[in-house]
Amino acid sequence: MAETAPTNILEMRGITKTFPGVKALQDVNLSVTRGEIHAICGENGAGKSTLMKVLSGVYPHGTYEGDIVLDGENAEFGSINDSEARGVVIIHQELALVPYLSIAENIFLGNERRRAGGAIDWNRTNQEAAQLLERVGLKEDPTVPVSVLGVGKQQLIEIAKAISKDVRLLILDEPTAALNDNDSEHLLDLLRQFQGQGITSIMISHKLAEIAEIADRTTIIRDGRSIETIEMNGPGAPEGNLQDRIIRGMVGRDLEHRYPERESHPGEEVLRVEDWTVYHPTQQGRVIVDRANLNVRAGEVVGIAGLMGAGRTELAMSLFGRSYGRDISGKAYVHGKEIDPKTVPDAIRSGIAYVSEDRKQYGLNLIEDIRRNISAASLDRLAKNGWVNEHEELKVAGEYRESMNIRTPSVLVEVNKLSGGNQQKVVLSKWLNTKPEVLILDEPTRGIDVGAKYEIYTIINKLVADGKAVLVISSELPELLGICDRIYTLAFGRITGEVDVASATQEGLMALMTQENQS
Amino acid sequence: MTGIANLKELLTRNLRQSGIYIAFVAIVVLFTALTGGTLLGPTNVTNLVLQYSYILILAIGMVIIIIGGHIDLSVGSVVALTGAVAAVVVIREGLPWWVGVLAAVGTGLLVGAWQGFWVAYVGIPAFIVTLAGMLLFRGLTLQVLNNISLSPFPSEYSQIASGFLNGLLGGYGYDTFTLVIFAIGILGFAYNSWRNRRARIAYNQPVEAGPLFVLKLVVIAAVVMWFAWQLATSRGLPLVLIILGVLVMAYTLVTKHSVFGRHVYAIGGNLAAAQLSGVRVKRVNFWMFVNMGFLSAIAGIVFSARSSAAQPAAGNALELDAIAACFIGGAAVTGGIGTVTGAMVGGLIMAVMSNGMSLMGIDQSVQQIVKGIVLLLAVAFDVWNKKRAAAAR
Repeated sequence: MAETAPTNILEMRGITKTFPGVKALQDVNLSVTRGEIHAICGENGAGKSTLMKVLSGVYPHGTYEGDIVLDGENAEFGSINDSEARGVVIIHQELALVPYLSIAENIFLGNERRRAGGAIDWNRTNQEAAQLLERVGLKEDPTVPVSVLGVGKQQLIEIAKAISKDVRLLILDEPTAALNDNDSEHLLDLLRQFQGQGITSIMISHKLAEIAEIADRTTIIRDGRSIETIEMNGPGAPEGNLQDRIIRGMVGRDLEHRYPERESHPGEEVLRVEDWTVYHPTQQGRVIVDRANLNVRAGEVVGIAGLMGAGRTELAMSLFGRSYGRDISGKAYVHGKEIDPKTVPDAIRSGIAYVSEDRKQYGLNLIEDIRRNISAASLDRLAKNGWVNEHEELKVAGEYRESMNIRTPSVLVEVNKLSGGNQQKVVLSKWLNTKPEVLILDEPTRGIDVGAKYEIYTIINKLVADGKAVLVISSELPELLGICDRIYTLAFGRITGEVDVASATQEGLMALMTQENQS
Repeated sequence: MTGIANLKELLTRNLRQSGIYIAFVAIVVLFTALTGGTLLGPTNVTNLVLQYSYILILAIGMVIIIIGGHIDLSVGSVVALTGAVAAVVVIREGLPWWVGVLAAVGTGLLVGAWQGFWVAYVGIPAFIVTLAGMLLFRGLTLQVLNNISLSPFPSEYSQIASGFLNGLLGGYGYDTFTLVIFAIGILGFAYNSWRNRRARIAYNQPVEAGPLFVLKLVVIAAVVMWFAWQLATSRGLPLVLIILGVLVMAYTLVTKHSVFGRHVYAIGGNLAAAQLSGVRVKRVNFWMFVNMGFLSAIAGIVFSARSSAAQPAAGNALELDAIAACFIGGAAVTGGIGTVTGAMVGGLIMAVMSNGMSLMGIDQSVQQIVKGIVLLLAVAFDVWNKKRAAAAR
C-alpha cells in the first residue's frame, strides 16, 4: 500500500468531499497505473461521479480534502482548464455537444485553430478534425452538424475532442449507457487502441460484463468510500466469477439503517400492468420500457430495483398520465377495471399518485407555502364552482402537518425553508390528499437523513395498513429489502425478475439488475 | 414579542411587498414637495386617475400573464385595434354606443384566443407570439381605419372615460355619493382584514400586535378618505374609477381564491410540478391570454373614449408601461410571484412620477430616463432580495 510506484500515473489519497449536510466522499484512495484501463464500480449515489469531478477540477482544489498526485507531482486544479492542460480530460455521461455546430466546430470549441490575427483557420480546423475522426474510426464529413448523428457517433466525437487536447488520462462516465451493442463494442475497441498508444483510461460503468471484458483493474466505491481494487486478470485476479466478485463488493454493506416492523397482509390486486411498452420521446425506435408486467395488491409494498437508466422512472411516469415517452402500448388495471389515463388528471382520477424522484424539480413549487403545495394536486376536491375553500384548505394542511409530523412553525411557511425530509412529507401529503388507490414512490428517501428516512418508512407502513397499494422505486437495495414484500428487478427496460423479499439477497438482485439482453 | 420587534419582523418578512408601498409613499411625498402641493390638488388627483386608468387596467391582465411565466408585447396594438373596431361600428356605421363596446370586447376576446392558441397549443414562446401580434394587430388597426383617425365618438361613448357620478345624493360643494361609496369600501376592507386576522389567530399564525393592526387600518382609512374628499370636491366620482375598482376587486379575488388563479401561480412557480399535479397547463395558458385580450379591449374602449377618437397610432408603447408596472410592483421575471395590488401600486408609482415631472415642466426625454432607471432599480431590488433570502436559508 505504502509504496508509490513511479508507474502510477495517478494517485488520489484520502479524498474527502462534503456537501452541506452530506459526506459524499470519505477518505477515498485511488491509484491508476500508467497505460491501464481502470474501471470504477458502485451503486447509484456511491460517489463515483463526485470523485471524477474532484479529479477533473469541476470541484476545484480547496473544496475537498486530500491530495491528487499526477505523474508524481502534486496537482491542484482550480478548474477544468487546469486539468486539461495536464492531459486529464473527462467525458461526462450527458454529452456536452452543441447540436447545431458542425463536428469540427464542436471538436475545437473553446480551443479554436486560428490564424495570426485571431480569425478562425477553417482549413486547418476541418483538416485536423478529419484526422481526429479517422483516429476514432468515424467516417463522417467534419462540416456536418452533430445533431444529425446518433448517440453512438456523438460519443465518438466527444472522444475525438478529448484526444485533440493531447489527453494522457481519459475519464469516461458511463460511456456506453446510451449505446447499443455495436456502438459499445466499437467504443471498447477504441479504448484498447488508445491503450496501445499509451493513453490511460478510467471508466465508470454499470455494465459488469463489459468491465470484466476490458478493465485491467476495478476499484469499488461504496457509500462514499473506496472499498477495494480488484485485479481483473493475471496472477492477482480472484478465483471464480469476476462479475459476482464485483457485485459482492458493491453491495456488501451492513444494514446501517433500521426499518420499522410491519405485518404483511396483502389483499386483493389493486394495480395490474400488462405488456407495458414505452419508446423514447425523441429518439425514434429506442425502447425504454419493454413489455413490462407487474401487479401490486392492497396492503402490499412492492419494490422496483434497477440501476440508473434501467427505465424505472420512465415506467412510472408513462403510467402516470403518459408523462413520459411516446407510442405507449399495453394495458393497465386498477381494481380489475381497465384504465387508460391519457393525462395526469385522468391518472389522478383513476386513483394513481406518483411521488416524483426529484422533489425540487418535479414535486414542489418552492416559492409557495406548505398549505398550497399540499392542496396543489387536489384543488378540485377543495373547491366549489371554481372557488377554493380556503378554510378547508388550511384545515387539511394542518391535519397533514399533524399526521405526517411536518416540522414547521406554521403551514404558511414557504417549502424552500424546510429540510429535505420535511419537504418529502409535504409531497407525500399532497398526493395522499388526492385519495389514491396506488402510490408510486420514486426514490422516496433520496437526499434525506437517516431519521427522516425512518419516518418515511413508518408513513409507508401506515399507508399499507390502511389498505393502500404502494410501489417503491429505489436505488438502495437494503431499503427495498427492508420495506418491501416483493421486488421486481428492471434491467435495460425489461423486467428481469420478481423476487419474494424473504428469499432475496442483495447479490441476487444485483445480478438480475445487471443482466443484459437475452430475449 | 415587543411591538417594535413585531413591526420590524413584519417589515423584513414582507420586504418584497411592503417595499413598494414605502417607495410609493416616498415618491408621493417627494413630488408633492417638488410641485408645491399641486400634485395632490383635487383637479390633479382626478386627472391622474383619468390619465392612467387604462395602463392600470392593462397591468391587471399583464400581471396574471407574468405570474404565469409569460409576457405580452401586443397589448398596445390590441388597445388600438379594439378602439378602432368600436369607432368603425359607432362612428362610421352609426350604431348605438353599446354595440361598439360589445364589438370591441368581442375583438379583444378573439385576439386573446388567437394568441392563446399559439402559446398554449402550438407551444411558441409568448414573447414571439405577442411580438408578432404587436405588428399584426397594428397593421389590422391601420386596415380597419383606412389609415385615418375616426372622430368624434357620440357623447354617450365618451362618457365612459370622461363621465362622473356627481350629485346623486346631493352635497354642499362636495359629492356625498363619492364619500359614501368610499366609506363603504373602507368598512368592507376593515371587516375583511379583521376576519382574516381572526382566522390567522385561530390557526395559530403570526399576526401583528392589536394596536399596530388598528393603527394600520386608521392610516389606510384616513388616506383613502382624503383621496375621496379630493375627488368629491372636484368633479365627483369618475366612471373610469368605478370600472377600475370593480376590475381590481374581481381580479384580486380570482388570483387569490379561484382554482384558475392558483393554477396560474403553480405554472409560473414550477411548470413541471404543476403538470405532474394535474394542472391542465395548456388550458390555463390559453385562458390567461383570452383574459388579457378582454382587458385590452376594456382599456381600448377607455382609451378611445378618452380621446373621443380612434387613431392609427393609439396605444403605442402602452405594453411597456403595463409590463413596467408589474415588475415595479414586485412581480418576478421568472414567474410565480406577483399580485394585482402590487401591479396597481407599481402603475401608480409610474403615474405619479410622470405626472409630477410633467407638472414641474421636466422635459419628456428626462422623464423617460428617470422611468427607465426606476424600472431597473425595482428589478435589481427584486434580484437582490431573492439572493438575500437564499443566503438566509
